[in-house]
Amino acid sequence: MTESFLITGATLPSGERADIRIADGRIIEVGRIADAAGATIVDADGLIALPGLVDLHTHLREPGYEQSETVLTGTRAAAAGGFTAVFAMANTSPVADTAGVVEQVASLGTAAGYATVQPIGAVTVGLKGEQLAELGAMARSRAGVRVFSDDGFCVFDPLLMRRALEYVKAFDGVVAQHAQEPRLTQGAQMNEGALSGELGLAGWPAVAEESIIARDVLLAEHVGSRLHVCHVSTAGSVEVIRWAKARGIDVTAEVTPHHLLLTEELVASYDPRYKVNPPLRRAEDVEALRAALADGTIDIVATDHAPHPIEAKQSEWDAAANGMVGLESALSVVHASVVENGLLGWSDVARVLSSTPARIGRLAGQGQGIVAGAAPEVTLYDPSAASEFALDRLAGRSINSPYLGRALPGRVVATFHAGYATLLDGVVQPADEVARRAAALVGGARG
Amino acid sequence: MARTVLNHADISRALTRIAHEILESNRGATDLVILGIPTRGTVLARRIAELIQRIEPSAPVQLAGSLDVTMYRDDLSRSGIRMPSPTELPPGGIDGRTVVLVDDVLYSGRTIRSAFDALSDLGRARAVRLAVLVDRGHREFPIRADFVGKNLPSAASERINVRLTEVDGGDDHVTIEGGAE
Amino acid sequence: MRHLLSTRGLARDEAIALLDIAEDMAAVQHREVKKLPTLRGKTVVNLFFEDSTRTRISFEAAAKRLSADVINFSAKGSSVSKGESLKDTAQTLQAMGADGVVIRHPASGAPYTLATSGWIDAGVVNAGDGTHEHPTQALLDAFTMRSRLHGAASRGKGLDGVRVVIVGDILHSRVARSNVWLLSTLGAEVTLVAPPTLVPVDTAGWPASVAFDLDEALATKPDVVMMLRIQAERMHGSFFPNSREYARTWGLDDARFSQLPTTTMVMHPGPMNRGLEISALAADSAQSTVREQVANGVSVRMAALYLLLSGERGELR
Repeated sequence: MTESFLITGATLPSGERADIRIADGRIIEVGRIADAAGATIVDADGLIALPGLVDLHTHLREPGYEQSETVLTGTRAAAAGGFTAVFAMANTSPVADTAGVVEQVASLGTAAGYATVQPIGAVTVGLKGEQLAELGAMARSRAGVRVFSDDGFCVFDPLLMRRALEYVKAFDGVVAQHAQEPRLTQGAQMNEGALSGELGLAGWPAVAEESIIARDVLLAEHVGSRLHVCHVSTAGSVEVIRWAKARGIDVTAEVTPHHLLLTEELVASYDPRYKVNPPLRRAEDVEALRAALADGTIDIVATDHAPHPIEAKQSEWDAAANGMVGLESALSVVHASVVENGLLGWSDVARVLSSTPARIGRLAGQGQGIVAGAAPEVTLYDPSAASEFALDRLAGRSINSPYLGRALPGRVVATFHAGYATLLDGVVQPADEVARRAAALVGGARG
Repeated sequence: MARTVLNHADISRALTRIAHEILESNRGATDLVILGIPTRGTVLARRIAELIQRIEPSAPVQLAGSLDVTMYRDDLSRSGIRMPSPTELPPGGIDGRTVVLVDDVLYSGRTIRSAFDALSDLGRARAVRLAVLVDRGHREFPIRADFVGKNLPSAASERINVRLTEVDGGDDHVTIEGGAE
Repeated sequence: MRHLLSTRGLARDEAIALLDIAEDMAAVQHREVKKLPTLRGKTVVNLFFEDSTRTRISFEAAAKRLSADVINFSAKGSSVSKGESLKDTAQTLQAMGADGVVIRHPASGAPYTLATSGWIDAGVVNAGDGTHEHPTQALLDAFTMRSRLHGAASRGKGLDGVRVVIVGDILHSRVARSNVWLLSTLGAEVTLVAPPTLVPVDTAGWPASVAFDLDEALATKPDVVMMLRIQAERMHGSFFPNSREYARTWGLDDARFSQLPTTTMVMHPGPMNRGLEISALAADSAQSTVREQVANGVSVRMAALYLLLSGERGELR
């Protein structure tokens, strides 16, 4: 007997108001629902109901870097941010370059129960860029890997990149490229431009991203493969991708919330919270990225949630780690950067944060929208709650958020995953309870 | 409400008297150095030196200088940052000479104490004397002026303001203000 | 003044006040008793994460002449690793009761991080951070220019209309950055001359013009020519073909030096690569200010320490 929920008076992405009934492992009804026998009533008056969010780019750090994050803590952060599925990046220790590691990560996700954890496999052995990892074995494993990425490093060798693009066609996979020309970014600390010259920080030029994207879209065209570009950060990259799409090349692209909101001027404080790779760019780049997300040149928003322990950020700029946590703040930042100004409506948000990332990652049971018969993945968001983003909003193990102390609109109120609540009244549900419900589902499926 | 206690003529008479007293006690202007403590003490020292030269034409042309004591104060960490002023000695320095320190107001004596330290880093004077325009009492150190323009008993809560043409513009005057009603 | 981290944020009157105080400090250097009791009981820590004997000695002399206690903390090559080390070190210094910290660090912004982190209450002086700034070097350069131009009448003056040509590795030079901001604040006209590879990509916002031809720049008969040191590691970074070509194109050789008016000052922050960026003739000429720069460094650093560590650490009054 699974729990059932009646969400009343929610505003759907389309703008319509409706009640939503979740029971028997799916959304069974959307509309005016009078009969609520046995259901837990969730008052969603004034709240927006979105299909559970899907993040194509999350660093869960386990195995190997459990001081930063674990599958459990990272998926708690996901639940807090309204995510019901996360794609776990491969740069763990050991690297997720074998079937064994990806199966382990997937099973940790299942056991935790806060979200669907879909592992991403490394493109090359040890992320070293020398030799293809066992892509087929990972694809055929119980983890069913479809997205491959050396994220953190660029697959720089053009021949290796070509082979990877070709090889993953065998199982409808996609290579997600971290586009960064390594020679042009040696020792790079921030966006290269007037400010880097003034601050005396080694520059990370836009061309180092754009030249790799240009090469890769041409390779993808040549071999007829699917390419995904991680964390697009420059106006020039947008132009290249726009050109490639117009040419019919099968390329998709993501932008992070932070690249939609923050600019390089923050680096002038030398506060390592703002150190990230690719770096924060100019205001012109932010404008171009927002426009590209609105016109579909950029397909999705992905967080690049990158937890680091406190000591990795309490240092001089050069020594600090790259990365920001982003799951908990993503929806508010998207709201602030592209919804408040009317570039995107809530149905667009559902597309860029749920259905399209699920489709790019070939993830079943996610991103199906809020319709009768869809998977029971629902996020309730209060767009009117504006507040200073504070520590109590963070639910993962690390607190390296650039938004602490900054006013952000909105707040995720509830998250339903697999038919049960992982977040309710803004509170992440207890781990043992969530794990028990997840286990019951697995048991139920077996029985 | 500020009350004028010395006007231009009073100040002029007092300085003339001090010039005479200095010459008398030093038995002439030989080996005499008049060092003012910035800012208004320097102005007073220059005026006294001019008066001495008028009275005693054989006096050295460069008699006056200034002695900055900022770096020697004992209250540096108790106030805002003080901008130092230059120290300028007449040719020949102070070694073996009689130095007359000049300041506008003698109060706690702390400035003069600092001046002794500053002076000893510049050389060894034969004797050190002190001339002030106003002595308002409330000494915190065993220091006393040799030449005083006017003794002005005051309450600690009162303010004595010395205004000199060269620094402040307008006519010279000394006022007293504030204190118990 | 709470900290001295850069010349970028220094206002004209603040800079001139500091240079004027340095004049007073310089006067002390000519007395028999070269010491002032001003910072008695204060502790100044020289925290050097990068070797620089010259800069450290200069700060040490400055602090000692103001009667401060000096502790030299060399963190380079010791067990100090990256990351947490700056914080740990800062907390150690805080526990020791440091009133002032003079920091030299290979990472740009490290003094800023130290000053704003809350790890330490001390006043922080940037003694050179990465490729960012070296404010006391620029201040001593400005002091030297002012002294040569105005002598005893320097007090209160800026460098209005003084034409300065800075030559060399602008991209990696903290000395160049600090000088660009300070000299322009003081009214000087700055021209940067370098191979295009050693100029930052976008200097449109800098209060300086950029040129690639040294001979053209010298033909304008500048008041000051400042030669920057070429670091050995630049030779291998493809910034220019080799040292011979660099010296021929951007070095102040005998021929170029002899074309300069005899009033043009030749400056170098040291240490010099004689025969590379500057010829021995130019370096040892009467026009060279290299030794004055060293002496003036102590006076300027005394002024900086005075401003930071005396008073209630408040505003200039």
